[in-house]
Amino acid sequence: MTANQKIFALTICVVIFLMTIELVRRRRLREEYSILWLTTSLLMFVLVIRYEWLEKLTYLIGAVLPTTTIFLGALLFLLLIVVQFSMKLSEISNQLKNLGQENALLRAELEKMKDYEQEEKSEEKKTIETE
Amino acid sequence: MHNLLVVIPAFNEEKNLPNVIAGIRKVLSEADILVVNDGSADATASVGRELGDVLVSHPWNMGYGVAIQTGYKYAFANNYEFLVQIDADGQHDPEDIPHLLEPLVADSCDFVLGSRFLAEGSYKPTLARRIGMKLFSALIRISTGERITDSTSGFQVFNAEVIHFLTGDHFPCDYPDADLLLVLHRAGFRIIELPVVMREDAGGRSMHSGLRPLYYIFKMLLSIGINLIRSVPERPGRAQ
Repeated sequence: MTANQKIFALTICVVIFLMTIELVRRRRLREEYSILWLTTSLLMFVLVIRYEWLEKLTYLIGAVLPTTTIFLGALLFLLLIVVQFSMKLSEISNQLKNLGQENALLRAELEKMKDYEQEEKSEEKKTIETE
Repeated sequence: MHNLLVVIPAFNEEKNLPNVIAGIRKVLSEADILVVNDGSADATASVGRELGDVLVSHPWNMGYGVAIQTGYKYAFANNYEFLVQIDADGQHDPEDIPHLLEPLVADSCDFVLGSRFLAEGSYKPTLARRIGMKLFSALIRISTGERITDSTSGFQVFNAEVIHFLTGDHFPCDYPDADLLLVLHRAGFRIIELPVVMREDAGGRSMHSGLRPLYYIFKMLLSIGINLIRSVPERPGRAQ
């Protein structure tokens, strides 16, 4: 790995890491979603510093070039992110369903109370009028 | 019977709803009628409010399964003993309700499914639908040993324990058909099927159009498979 390549890769890792931290600090990104980003940038950082580890990993998974391992890692990372989002979407859909149902049931209850109140008022009026 | 709730899930059914409610009133004068308006664009909500006893309106369209579960949640919150579920398109005959209720009142079962196939010649689905129904009936028979002829029937009657059970996460909101029966069977509820008449001239629209049948088959097969490998669902009030 040339010095230029190293500097470029390290810069990307640092930028991603700092950007994630900053987004969490500004509450634009929740902690639970930052874990994957932070872990990946840290892992990339280590693999750039310790290039021989990347070569060993490449040999272990049966790839020919370290770049293949990097691409595979990136693909895996994106896949994990998508699975995490799908899980969250399912959870949110379920919560939204429950919220919609709760809203509908409460509205029905409120309308029932309003009807009851109106009935009571009209009865009161009637009794006052007859008196 | 004072403690009976009739749930009618309705989506754009302003035309059929009055007849359905009138039919129910004729047979069950003392039952409460709940119309669940599933985000209809027509006058379903005002018809339901005027003719039914209670109207629950979803803020947006959430689908048939969610609409009936809203009905179960209402029934559970208001301590109803029995629940009748009937479609708003008029395909089910309310005259069948008393005969569906009999085994429940006698406590010989927990869940009664109205089958359109047990009544002679009352329902003739298309070939594709017939094949799908046979497939899911066979799957139910293999996985539970129960002989169910009409797993897609929306005409159902059940008791308070089933109502409570179906308000939870066990209820498959996305097309609750064969997989629902499987979940109920695994939880130990007693299910029986009784014949009901299907009205052909009801003018109802099918929920299964376009690419939905394909999704339905995929979802149902997956749901049945997953339910078989899930742990047995716990019945309410039994957990210690």
